[in-house]
Amino acid sequence: MPPAEVLEIALRSLAVAGGATLLAALFGVPLGLWLALRGGGGAWGRVLLYSGLALPSVVVGLLFYLLLSRSGPLGFLNLLYTPWAMVLAEATLAFPLIAAFVLSGARGRVEEVRLLVRSLGGKERHVLPTLLAESRRTLAAALAAGFGGAISEVGAATLVGGDIRHHTRVLTTAIVVETRMGELQAALALGAVLLGIALLVTAFLVILERE
Amino acid sequence: MILQAEDLTLTFPGFRLRVPRLALAPGEVLVVLGPSGSGKTTLLRLLAGLLPPEGGRVTGGLRVYLPQTPPLLHRSVLDNAAFGLLLHGVPREKARQRAQARLKEVGLEALAHRPAHRLSAGEAARLALARALAVEPEVLLLDEPTANLDPANALRVEALLRRAAEEGRGVVLATHNLFQARRLGHHLLFLHRGEAVEEGPVAEVFAAPKDPRTQAFLRGEMVF
Repeated sequence: MPPAEVLEIALRSLAVAGGATLLAALFGVPLGLWLALRGGGGAWGRVLLYSGLALPSVVVGLLFYLLLSRSGPLGFLNLLYTPWAMVLAEATLAFPLIAAFVLSGARGRVEEVRLLVRSLGGKERHVLPTLLAESRRTLAAALAAGFGGAISEVGAATLVGGDIRHHTRVLTTAIVVETRMGELQAALALGAVLLGIALLVTAFLVILERE
Repeated sequence: MILQAEDLTLTFPGFRLRVPRLALAPGEVLVVLGPSGSGKTTLLRLLAGLLPPEGGRVTGGLRVYLPQTPPLLHRSVLDNAAFGLLLHGVPREKARQRAQARLKEVGLEALAHRPAHRLSAGEAARLALARALAVEPEVLLLDEPTANLDPANALRVEALLRRAAEEGRGVVLATHNLFQARRLGHHLLFLHRGEAVEEGPVAEVFAAPKDPRTQAFLRGEMVF
């Protein structure tokens, strides 16, 4: 595989997984904080959320395939076999990961933060922004987990992306193709690129967390 | 009076707090004395408005409550000290300037940019006090502020409390430390199982306690 194509695939992987992580965080972070502020959302709420961690990616891929296919309810959007469809499916997989991480991290600090805010004469509305600021380490871990889940995912990406060369091929689907063709060296090289990206993004998040 | 409470009651399973009357004048230190579980923390939280009373009412000026282990934010010492001011709508730069002045008063100005979680217990206690004083409260409500401190740090915190009272702030200090109560207090309220069993000027209560439970506690006997 020519280096230019490897770069193209790597950049597409980064864009799709990054977009999916951001989209998942947009909903997952507020949900995690909201549940944390309400005592964890109750046992059933947590069971439901944590069950999302075990969502099989092929099932999510199949659901989005059915939703986005021409005869599906969202078929008019013409998103199937586009990177946008992959973003949606991967965001669905990353969403419970991010929400669960945020809930788990913020839950232990809610009472402490609420006591501090209220004891200094602050209002209940000050609790959420303070909790968010105090949870930045958890946020970094949540984003790393969400991004890791999204970039390493292959089942949903194949089903809704279709692994179309120069259009929806990403590192994971390319590794599958190269392996099937017996190009094990190329597959290993793509695997190394994938690991490198995961490492760089995680390092970036750790730096952000320290800031 | 900068703090007044009347007919305060609150019930938890197996516990009932009842304080018929409490008043605090500017510059006065009211010591709430009593054994563990007597309701000192509950009373302070009621006075701070952190718990709604079942009956009665609390009136007074701006009150700040310091729990026994005040939470510190994952921020610098300076940003922790400025936090209360930000809650009260003071602009960030002004808040940091005022917080810096408070840090100087408590002897922490050199540590202003250090992460707050790297402070020792004594420094953390002084930071919590600086943070509380920065919002210019009329009343400080302190829950055993020196319980986890060595004698040297405890005396530093006591000196700061004395100064706060001299500045005209009212101080309500919950403690089970008899010596501290004598050193700092002007007025004393003795709580036993949620009941305000005795109150009066510190010197008078220590010299001639009327209630047998207060007498026993002041003799150092175990009172449950």
